[in-house]
Amino acid sequence: MVMSWIWTGILCISLIFSIFEGRGSELAGAIISGSQAGITLAISMGGAVCLWTGVGKLMEHSGIAQFLAKCLRPLLHRVFPDSKTDKTLAGHLSANICANFLGLGNAATPMGIQAVTQMRDPKRPKYATDQMCRLIVLNTASIQLIPSNVAAVRASLGCTTPFDILPAVWVTSLCSAGLGLLAAILLGRVCKA
Amino acid sequence: MMDYLIPVLLLLASLLALHRKENAYNLLLDGAAEGLRLLATILPALIMLLTAVHMLRASGAMEQISKFLTPVFRHIGIPPETAMLVLVRPISGSAALAVGADLMRQYGVDSPVGRTAAIMLGSTETTFYTISVYFGAAGIHKTRYAIPAALLADLTGFVVASLTCRLFY
Repeated sequence: MVMSWIWTGILCISLIFSIFEGRGSELAGAIISGSQAGITLAISMGGAVCLWTGVGKLMEHSGIAQFLAKCLRPLLHRVFPDSKTDKTLAGHLSANICANFLGLGNAATPMGIQAVTQMRDPKRPKYATDQMCRLIVLNTASIQLIPSNVAAVRASLGCTTPFDILPAVWVTSLCSAGLGLLAAILLGRVCKA
Repeated sequence: MMDYLIPVLLLLASLLALHRKENAYNLLLDGAAEGLRLLATILPALIMLLTAVHMLRASGAMEQISKFLTPVFRHIGIPPETAMLVLVRPISGSAALAVGADLMRQYGVDSPVGRTAAIMLGSTETTFYTISVYFGAAGIHKTRYAIPAALLADLTGFVVASLTCRLFY
């Protein structure tokens, strides 16, 4: 429903602005050019997207994710103290983070949901615990080795070095995850549930 | 160095899968078929949203919105041209992709604005969607400070993306 309101809102705004700025013919043209741009983009990025979902499947079965998950354990214990005692929770958490890191969205989401379910406070099952909020921040900061979809868009627009943004993407993700995590830890102290 | 990251990763994944006696080629094909289905599910949204973005731009509304937000964005060091992307990024993944692709096309993929848009897209997530999926599935209703903390992380991402784009390229 939200998208319906956004869509209608955009139409209203565009119409009003085009009347004031006298850009009616441009607006009408944009309806056609925009819809065509949608399909052009999907087709021109499609090959790279499919290749990467294929590689993702391969990585899922190759054991890379499990290996990374093992390396991640010590760090995990610091951010999620419960994972020290709960081995299955530790498994779900590290699998979620590693799947995200490798860009395997399909594998990451079920693991994340399981981890959140396991971290529920039995006394107040509807409350988000501190550790849940930390997991959310780590997931929304999108720490990703290869942002393949963006690279596909760049390549589809004629960029010959679509992966040259990688260092910047890594630094940015690490900064946002770090600051988000710090904020979550501080907020957790300030607003006790 | 960087150039070899992708090919080496491809080879490594294939070798490890073979080592585990997995049918590497069939896995690739299965995954690619999933990718096709993924494309088919986002394609309708991409068409509608790019239409909306083009209309906003053609009507002059996009310029006015950017102009209106310019002082704020200048202040925190984000290029005002990316205002629309910053606004939709936490709400809708396909809308962000549409807006980002449009920015890259309009300003050029290797221009500062196009590159900043790409870094922003690559280093942030659809925050509200992620929160609703994770908490929704686990039956969490009181989200406490999860949303402000995640949005702060997003904002950091937008600012640092603009900064790294200026520093690295």
